[in-house]
Amino acid sequence: MSVQIASQVRRQIVIAAAGLALAIGAQAGEKKLVLTGASTVAPLAAEIGKRFEKLNPGTQVDVQTGGSARGVNDARVGLSDIGMVSRDLKPDEEQQLKAFTIAYDGVCMIVHKSNPIATLTKDQVIAIYTGRITNWKEIGGADRKITVVNKAEGRSTLELFLHHFGLTNSQIKAHVVVGDNEQDIKTVVGNVGAVAYVSIGTAEFDVDQGLPLKLLPMDGVAATTVNVKNRTFPLMRVLNLVTKGQPTGLSKQFIDYARTESVHDLVKDQYFVPLATAQ
Amino acid sequence: MISSKISTLYLSPPRSDLWLALALRLLAASGVALLAIIVWCLLGEAWTVFSGVGVGHFLTDATWHPTEGTFGLAPMAVASIASSIGALLIAGPVGVGCAVFCKYYCSPVWSSALRQLLALFGGIPSVVFGFWGLVVLVPLIAEDNPPGASLLAGSLVLAMMILPTVALTAHAALAAVPSHFLVAGHALGLRRGTIVLKVALVAARNGILAGIVLSLGRALGETMAMLMVSGNIVQVPTSAFDSVRSLAANIALEMAYATGTHRSALYACGIALILVVALSTLVAHRLTTGCQRG
Amino acid sequence: MTNRYRASELLYPLAAAMCVVAFGLVLFSLFKNGAAYLSWDFLVQEPARSGRQGGIFPILVSTGLLLLVAMVVAVPSGLAAAILLSEVTRKGNLLARTLGVSLDILAGVPSIVYGLFGNAFFCVYLGMGFSILSGGLTLACMVLPIFVRAAESGFTAVQEDWRLGAAALGMSKFSTLVNILLPAATPAITVGLVLGIGRALAETAALIYTSGYVDRMPDSLLDSGRALSVHIYDLSMNVPGAEHNAYASALVLILLLLIINGVASWLAEHLLHKRIKRS
Repeated sequence: MSVQIASQVRRQIVIAAAGLALAIGAQAGEKKLVLTGASTVAPLAAEIGKRFEKLNPGTQVDVQTGGSARGVNDARVGLSDIGMVSRDLKPDEEQQLKAFTIAYDGVCMIVHKSNPIATLTKDQVIAIYTGRITNWKEIGGADRKITVVNKAEGRSTLELFLHHFGLTNSQIKAHVVVGDNEQDIKTVVGNVGAVAYVSIGTAEFDVDQGLPLKLLPMDGVAATTVNVKNRTFPLMRVLNLVTKGQPTGLSKQFIDYARTESVHDLVKDQYFVPLATAQ
Repeated sequence: MISSKISTLYLSPPRSDLWLALALRLLAASGVALLAIIVWCLLGEAWTVFSGVGVGHFLTDATWHPTEGTFGLAPMAVASIASSIGALLIAGPVGVGCAVFCKYYCSPVWSSALRQLLALFGGIPSVVFGFWGLVVLVPLIAEDNPPGASLLAGSLVLAMMILPTVALTAHAALAAVPSHFLVAGHALGLRRGTIVLKVALVAARNGILAGIVLSLGRALGETMAMLMVSGNIVQVPTSAFDSVRSLAANIALEMAYATGTHRSALYACGIALILVVALSTLVAHRLTTGCQRG
Repeated sequence: MTNRYRASELLYPLAAAMCVVAFGLVLFSLFKNGAAYLSWDFLVQEPARSGRQGGIFPILVSTGLLLLVAMVVAVPSGLAAAILLSEVTRKGNLLARTLGVSLDILAGVPSIVYGLFGNAFFCVYLGMGFSILSGGLTLACMVLPIFVRAAESGFTAVQEDWRLGAAALGMSKFSTLVNILLPAATPAITVGLVLGIGRALAETAALIYTSGYVDRMPDSLLDSGRALSVHIYDLSMNVPGAEHNAYASALVLILLLLIINGVASWLAEHLLHKRIKRS
C-alpha cells in the first residue's frame, strides 16, 4: 500500500516539475532549433520545420524573419543555429559559413496581360531600365508611358538582375521601387504600362489564379518553372540554409532532411523548384 | 497649480503624498530615459558610417545609393515632411469637423456609433491600409497619372490612418469644455454655429492641438503603408503625383538585406527621422504655448 | 440676427460623412474579399500550408497575450506619467516639459525603429529572445505616448474647484486622486485606452523583430508568437496564394477590436466612473 502511495506521490512530483518547467518556458529538456533570415525562405522553412517536428518528437523548430543579411549575421555570431539566405554567399561570407541549397527560383520580366509586347530583348530591357526608352510605342507597343518597377537595394533579385544585364543600381531610372514579390505583382496588375521582374513560381501561380499578367521569355527561353527545373532558364536564384562551419547535431539533421525528396511537395507548394533528384 | 498651496495647508505633507511624488518622478524619468536609450542605440549602430563617411554626406549628397557610396537623406526628409503635412491638411479639418459633429450636431446614439467606428479604424494595421491603397487607390491614380504610387497616395493613406486619433482626441477635448462656457454663450444670444466656432473650439484648442501633434509624429513614423503606396523613389517631389520615399519606409525597405556600412547608414536614417520628428514637435509646441488658457 | 456661421455648419456633417465613406470603402473591400472565408473552423484551427489553409487560433492567443502584457505595463506607468504632468508639477516645470516633449517625439519614432530597438534591448541585451514578453514590452513603449497624452488632457480638464474642495476637506493628494480625479477623467482615459489598444493591435514592423514569426501555440510568455497584424502582413505580401485568408484575418481583427474596445470602455466606466455622478 505504502509503495503504491510513494509511487503515486513520485509521479505527481514529476508531473508538477514538468509543468513548472513548461511554465517557465525552459527549453532544457527540449531540443530547439532557431532559424532566422530571408522572408522568402521563411514560409518554406517553417513548413519543413513543422514536418520535422512531427517526425522527431521533442524537437522545436523556430523560424524568424528579418532578411538575408540577418540570416548571415545571426549564423555568424551564433544568435541562430541556421541562417536562411535567398542568394549565394558572398566571398567574405564563405570563409566562415557553409551554404546548403534547398530550392531554386527563376526570375523573369512581367508586364500586364493587355500589353501587346510579347518579348523583350536584352538591349530593350537595358534601354527601358536606364530610361532611354520611355514609351511602349517606341518598341512596337501601345502609346503609353512605361512605368519601370525596380526592387529595393540589396535584394538578391535586384543583384541578379543587375548582374545579368550588366548594370549598376544608380544607372536605373525607375518609377516605382518595391520590396516584396507581391508588391511587384500588384503594381503591374494595377498599371497597364508597368514592367517588372519577379519570381517565376509566384507569377505563374498568380496567372493561374486569373491575374492579368504576362511572363516574358528571356533570351528565347520561356519563363516557366519547368525551364527553371531543367536549368535552361538563364536567370535563377538559390534558396540557401547557412551554418557557421559544418553543421552538427540537430542542425545537420534538419538540413539533411530539407534536402531530401520527402519535402519536394512542400517546396512546390511554395512555388519554388525543388532540388533535382539524383539522375 | 495646487501642489504649492497644499504644503501651506498642512504642517507637513502626508507621507503618501511624498511617496507619490517620488514614484511619479521616477516613472517620468524613465520615460525620458526610454527616448535616450533609443537614441543611444541608434547612434551606436550609426557610428560606423558617421566615422567612416562623415555626417556631411548625409546632407549634401544628391541621392541615396549606399552600396555605391552616396548617402543623401535630404530628398527623403522632404518626402517625409511633405507627406505628413499633406496627411494633416486632410485629416486635421476632417477629424475636427467629425468631432464637432459628434459632439454638437448629432444625437448621442449616432455619436457613440460614429466614435466606435473611429476607434475601430484606429486599430486596423497599417498593412491593411497599405494593401488597400496598393490595390485600389494606386491603380485609380495610375490611370491618369502613372505611376500612381505617389506622394498623393501616401498622404491619403496616412490621412486615413491618423484620422481616428485626431477625431477622438478632439472629441475628448471638446467634451472637457466646461458646460458653463456653452451656457454663457447661449445666454449671450449666440447661435449654435457661433458657439461652436468661437467658444468651444477655442476652449478645446490645447487638447485638439495635442492630438494633432501626436498624429504628426505618427504620420512621420509610419512605415508599412508608405512603403506600399508611395513609390519609394528617392527624389524631391515636384508634384503630388511624383513617387517619393519617406525616411521610415527607407529603413524598412533596405534593412532586411543591408550589411556593414549600408546597415549603419540606415540607422543614421533613423536618427535623421527622430530629428525631424523632434523639430516638428518643438515647432508645434512653440505654436501651442501661445494658446495657453489666459 | 443671422447666424454668420450657418455655412460652416454644413461642413461638420460633411466631414463626418467623409470619414464614414472612406472607412466604409476599406471595410467593404475587406468584406467582399474575406467574408466567404470566415468560419468557426477558421478561428479554432491551426494554420496549415503557411496559412493558406487552416485557421488562426494560435495567432489569436499570441495576440491576446501581447496585448495583455502591453496594457499591464503601459496603463499604470501611463497614468502615473499623466498624473505627474498634470497634478504634481507646475506648468513650466522642466521635468514635465522634457517628459512631454519626449513623449511626443516617441510617438513619432517609426515602428521599425522600435522593432530594432526592442530586438537589441529586450531580445538580445536582456536576453528574452524572440518572445511575447519582448513584443509586449516594445508595444508598451509605443502605446505610452498616446495613453499619457489622452489621460493628461482628462486630468487637466477637471475643474479646479474640485481640487480646492478636496483640499478644504483635508483630503490627501493621493486620496483626491483616487476618489475624485481618476473617476472624473475616465472618459479621456477610456479614449487613451482605446487608442492605445488600437495602436498595439495595428503594429506590425515592431513585432516582426521582437515577438517573431512562429505561428505555433505559445507555451509561455517567453515563447515566440505571431501577432495577427504580422500574420496579415505575411499572408498578403509574402506567401503567394494566401490573400483570401489575409482578408479574413483582417476581418477577425476588426471583430476583436470591437469586442476589446467594448470591454475596455465598460471596464473603465464601471471601475472608475461609477464613483461620480455626472451633473
